[in-house]
Amino acid sequence: MACDQGRSKLDAYLDGELDPAEANVLGKHLQGCAACSADALGRVQMKRSVQMAGKRYAASAELRNRIAKSVAAKPRRESRGLWWTLGVAVVSVLILSVAMNFYLGRDSARRRRVYSELADLHVAALASATPVDVISTDRHTVKPWFQGKIPFSFNLPELQGTEFTLLGGRVTYLAQTPGAHLIYQVRKHEVSVFIFQDRGEETASLPSGAVHAVSFNMDSWTQNGLRYFVVGDAGANDIQALSRLLRDAG
Amino acid sequence: MEVPDQALPAATFEDLAMPLFDQLYNFARWLTHDTTEAEDLVQETYTKALRGFSSFQPGTNFRAWMYRILRNSFLSSRTGLKVMVALDGEADESLLPPESSTPESILMEQAGRETVQQALADLPVPFREILLLCEVEEMSYQEISEALAIPMGTVMSRLFRARKALRDLLRKKRDGGRHGV
Repeated sequence: MACDQGRSKLDAYLDGELDPAEANVLGKHLQGCAACSADALGRVQMKRSVQMAGKRYAASAELRNRIAKSVAAKPRRESRGLWWTLGVAVVSVLILSVAMNFYLGRDSARRRRVYSELADLHVAALASATPVDVISTDRHTVKPWFQGKIPFSFNLPELQGTEFTLLGGRVTYLAQTPGAHLIYQVRKHEVSVFIFQDRGEETASLPSGAVHAVSFNMDSWTQNGLRYFVVGDAGANDIQALSRLLRDAG
Repeated sequence: MEVPDQALPAATFEDLAMPLFDQLYNFARWLTHDTTEAEDLVQETYTKALRGFSSFQPGTNFRAWMYRILRNSFLSSRTGLKVMVALDGEADESLLPPESSTPESILMEQAGRETVQQALADLPVPFREILLLCEVEEMSYQEISEALAIPMGTVMSRLFRARKALRDLLRKKRDGGRHGV
């Protein structure tokens, strides 16, 4: 993919609006192109700045009370027989389904936010001149390096006989919570593993399992009070394989 | 999947609409630049929405529907009539200008929250509102298209222009700040 072509789609990509095939192609291009990945990072930063700046105004409690009062559910009218009851039941089911869609949508927005933040961390680390602060393929070097830097400990898997290589690690933050960010390589793909304590509201309510979000394959689970996220553009099978290794070690 | 308890027994208009109160007010305040006008606008939105709730089609997006009512009310207000400007040719993406060569990161590193707020406030309303819906409300293009009653192609081209306009404003503020020192 040419840079010009990629950049014209960058906004849609970062807004999560590209179809998976296109997102995949652009994701690969970003991995190999420093200029475009720097551009992408800049745009992510701009999105965040606008997001923070935009949440600016809070309404008065008085207005809230006034409106809440004006829309408060009115008492139901007297029953008008079977058809009325049936009608109400049907309408209630429809409205309930709207309410469910609405709340599920809100939940999915939160999930999307966490996943896109993790994707940002992953991309930002790879685009950085120093993706890892402790450079080592030896888990016995990487794990102790985190001592005193994050408020928990974790186990890393033995990789001998697998296609994975540990590249190193760094301290990271999600929703103001410190955690470990490890980078593995499988063939030519870099995969990030994030480990946090499972207590933050941002992560605790996320469902476990594999997902495909913002063009990355991801897996997530909770184990021994820790929340694991595996993120990368490697195939879903590779992500699952690394997850299994980590689960067995944890 | 968590669903707040109060939504389960019977979803009334109140159940659906009140959780949107804070974000609708924020949006109204950004549109009007005035507390009293924003309060009136939100009040009017809720009144109209409650009255029209029977015509709301279940299965369509309630949030986009509420924003659409708020925005239509704003457009017909005195301030709204004054501030909305026509954006010619915006649906034609082939006319989009080439991307700026200055990465946003450089601008953003220097632009604090207040500067970004000021730049947002200075943007023409069509740009300001679409950026707020996309970045703050995290609406999908489809939702934005419903809320603003514009085609998807226009959502994309207007977003592009809005982002460019914001960058240009930030750059101008930065350069202006430099000259001022």
